[in-house]
Amino acid sequence: MFVKLVETISVWVIPLMIGLIPLWALYKKVPLYDTFIKGAKEGLGVGLRIIPYLVAILVAIGMFRASGAIDLLAQVLSPVLNLIGMPADVLPLAIIKPLSGSGALGITSEIANQHGGDSYMARLAAVMTGSSETTLYVIAVYFGAVGVTRLRHALIAGLVADVAGLLAALFISQIMFL
Amino acid sequence: MLGYIWLFFILTALIIGGATGRIAEVGQAAIDYSKMAVEIAISLIGIMALWLGIMKLAEASGLIVLVSKVIKPVTRRLFPDVPADHPAIGNIAMNFSANALGVTNAATPIGIKAMKELQSLNKNKNTATNAMCTFLAINTAGVQLVPASIIAVLVAAGAKEPMVIIGPTILATGIALVSAIITVKLLEKLPVFNSTQVKQEEEPECLSN
Repeated sequence: MFVKLVETISVWVIPLMIGLIPLWALYKKVPLYDTFIKGAKEGLGVGLRIIPYLVAILVAIGMFRASGAIDLLAQVLSPVLNLIGMPADVLPLAIIKPLSGSGALGITSEIANQHGGDSYMARLAAVMTGSSETTLYVIAVYFGAVGVTRLRHALIAGLVADVAGLLAALFISQIMFL
Repeated sequence: MLGYIWLFFILTALIIGGATGRIAEVGQAAIDYSKMAVEIAISLIGIMALWLGIMKLAEASGLIVLVSKVIKPVTRRLFPDVPADHPAIGNIAMNFSANALGVTNAATPIGIKAMKELQSLNKNKNTATNAMCTFLAINTAGVQLVPASIIAVLVAAGAKEPMVIIGPTILATGIALVSAIITVKLLEKLPVFNSTQVKQEEEPECLSN
């Protein structure tokens, strides 16, 4: 019921916003076409402006992933994380989650195919993947779009959110699915 | 600080890639990912243009300010530095709603619009404000009511009850959100992060000289 409702809203929200916002603007006597174009013009600038930031972040993450550092890190951390009941299979997922959204989804897919879609491992991986956003990507895009390079405490707060989300995902999954 | 983390990733890749004999892959990844970054940015341009256009209409018709006023009780505490009826607040609220509904296509451009609005209040353009950090922290927690792409992955692996992950995921991401907000509010008071603000006041003087 809840799922159906959210899904229905999700499907309707884009067409409705594109339809109703101009309608409201018309009622408010805003010049429709000119105003839309004025806003849309900024799209190109934003897209181009984030390129250097995305290149910097994604290249570093790409090199890091290709080197096998994630597997190595998982091996080093596994004795510690075994203590709190995090299975070795999902460790690379936990490490990659803040770095790459598509990477995390790929690992989740691997785990689900290997253990079965309804297995504890698959569910744990799924909840971990959904527990937070891809922090570095969000930071590259949002700060890149306005040209901010001194992030102050934003990165740490984002990573704290990731760790909290991952740990919460682990404990909740243990209670619910194990 | 991002510079150090950046270098750490690259150097680690170099050392471990060299030690495990994957240095060729590391080099190739640098080329591939730089291409991918541009492809992502270019593919965002169309979506960005659409939503920045629609949001301009929302702004010009007073809709954004209206949204800002409605959610004032919450945002007054989260963003004390931003005037309660500032368009930034309305954009932040709409970005959060779009993310929660899983409409990422709309959420990212609206979030960027929110950042631009926050930047207009920023005195030192290359340094993040408290409000920006709070907004980013809320965003990186990534609250989503139905994680559709993850459910799709489970279904593809033959799951019969993929929906059971929804409750736990909302709970976990809710905990991430609360942790993010607490962290950001604690850290913004720390001298380490505040020292940049002292410089913030000095720099305009340097510029005027």
